Amino acid sequence: MTATARSPKDAPPVPAQTELHLKMLRQMLLIRRFEEKAAEAYALGKIGGFCHLYIGQEAVAVGALAALKDNDYVICSYREHGQALIKGISPNAVMAELFGKATGCSKGKGGSMHLFDAKKGFMGGHGIVGGHIPLAAGLAFASKYKSTDQVTVCFFGEAAVNIGAFHETLNMASVWKLPVIFLCENNRYGMGTAFERVAAVTDIVEHACSYDMAAELVDGMNALTVYDATRRAVERARKNSHPTLLEVRTYRFMGHSMSDPLHGVYRTKDEVEEQKARDPITHLAAKLKEDGVIDQAALDAIDAEIHAEVDAAVKFADESPDPDPDELYNDVLAD
Amino acid sequence: MPTLTYRDALNQALREEMQRDPNVVLMGEEVGVYQGAYKVSRGLLEEFGPKRIVDTPIAELGFAGIGVGAAMGGLRPVVEFMTWNFALLALDQIVNSAAKMLYMSGGQIRVPIVFRGPSGAALQLASQHSQAWESWIAHIPGLKVVAPATPADAKGLLKSAIRDNNPVIVLEGEMLYNLKGDVPDGEHIVPIGKAEIKREGSDVTLVCHSKTLTVAQKAADQLAEQNVSAEVLDLRSLRPLDEAAILESVKKTNRAVVVEEGWPHTGIGAQVVDLIQRDAFDDLDAPVQRVTQADVPMPYNKFLERAAKASPEKVVAAARKVLYLDGD
Repeated sequence: MTATARSPKDAPPVPAQTELHLKMLRQMLLIRRFEEKAAEAYALGKIGGFCHLYIGQEAVAVGALAALKDNDYVICSYREHGQALIKGISPNAVMAELFGKATGCSKGKGGSMHLFDAKKGFMGGHGIVGGHIPLAAGLAFASKYKSTDQVTVCFFGEAAVNIGAFHETLNMASVWKLPVIFLCENNRYGMGTAFERVAAVTDIVEHACSYDMAAELVDGMNALTVYDATRRAVERARKNSHPTLLEVRTYRFMGHSMSDPLHGVYRTKDEVEEQKARDPITHLAAKLKEDGVIDQAALDAIDAEIHAEVDAAVKFADESPDPDPDELYNDVLAD
Repeated sequence: MPTLTYRDALNQALREEMQRDPNVVLMGEEVGVYQGAYKVSRGLLEEFGPKRIVDTPIAELGFAGIGVGAAMGGLRPVVEFMTWNFALLALDQIVNSAAKMLYMSGGQIRVPIVFRGPSGAALQLASQHSQAWESWIAHIPGLKVVAPATPADAKGLLKSAIRDNNPVIVLEGEMLYNLKGDVPDGEHIVPIGKAEIKREGSDVTLVCHSKTLTVAQKAADQLAEQNVSAEVLDLRSLRPLDEAAILESVKKTNRAVVVEEGWPHTGIGAQVVDLIQRDAFDDLDAPVQRVTQADVPMPYNKFLERAAKASPEKVVAAARKVLYLDGD
């Protein structure tokens, strides 16, 4: 895909790295199987509240995070199970958080929408659309201030582009040259509203022009494409402290949340099926088979291993204790 | 002890804390080149440079959120709002991000940030520029809220706020910036959560804070002429509230009037009265009275504005009522 806004392609393409591709395939499968288990657990009443699944969008988190160092910051909206897992929070700790257990990554106080692991640079899960976009720029402000070489990646959906905080933040990030990547996951629907019904400019990447910011339009159903584009953005951020807007076009195969049926009334079954034919996992698996890296048996073995890992996470979450009642009043204020 | 204006006391606190801790930054509209809309940041750009004194665009939501993010990343930002009226646009970041981050992250992520600026009415600024913020902002767990009334308290509380590991709201006052008073040099810290008796008395407690301290003091002078000894209790902090100090004073005087700048409905005074009726019921000799802004948007006309505001006369009338001095 081509970029319509200023798009310096200053980094050379990475030669095929079999190991990296295998890792990405494994990570996408982990997210997929984890989310399937989360849906099951939700149906069983083990998970409460809101629960937004990432199925269909796995290539975005996996491709982007593969381009980061361990100490880089990642901050997300409420559809963040995938990013949390790939940033290094264990499936046990994420599942336990979804179950509201004391062993969860936010001690059972955050839930599905508020996963955190500060030590791993995973700065949340935020529930107000677009509310975390300024936080990302603030993290980048701190990194630049302290001259660390950290980069911040902010994941948000296309609906957040209509929020004032998006525009205010992109402006300041550009004026102050902050090392931040605004990664818009355009899955085409803000809950049940098609983006073109509520946005005057539907090529989100064009918004970068208003803020004199580098930008790229990226195929989000291909982890390798996402990886390459993010790598270029990371380099701009790390070397020159320049922000980037990435519009990553993707699709969610499930409903907006667990209360939204598979395709709802706002999109057709045919459309969902058509998009499922672009499944990012199938896509990368096919490539690896074509390259002679794996065969079906090897793929099945990886899948079985991940199934076991996710089953173990459910068991761990199930058997973990609820938070102690005294926890109610802890963590309101820091010492 | 040196005499300083409230404005210069705040300036001194900022300067000293920025000298003390390289992670303190000041950001907001006009804080740098312009030297502050109310000159609180005068001279700071020259001393600390543009890296630490950051002029922002007019984008309260955005820069409040960037401040919170910078605090999450290890800095101690002081975010100045030109006035708190404009901070309504930033409320999502103050409430949903700053106040809740520690809790929803299970205690992992602290947000040591100060949001400060003038709150409440000045003179004839009309309805959109005259709003008192106390009861809006003191409602929120995860925040601390202070409202200093004197130059010394302004310095001491701002220093405490900057050193605190939590988001702290500092409500200043446009009408207070020129107020002069004695301010200790150097390390002068006023702890958050401690009220202070600004004038001792025995017949009635006048509970106040921020600009209403002056109102209460004038009322106390007038009451003294009427042979009534009023105690003036300055809350200084609104969250946490110094409940012990309120109860102790009421147990001594047995009568109270609560004065505030904000509207009556669900105001700070309502919280104070709730405390008194619950924990000092047997000590009360009369129902507690409140003096607030009239329950209307602030009018522009100066006579209407005066009529809307809390005044010494209204406080005197309320005090006489709790003392049953006018019959009934």
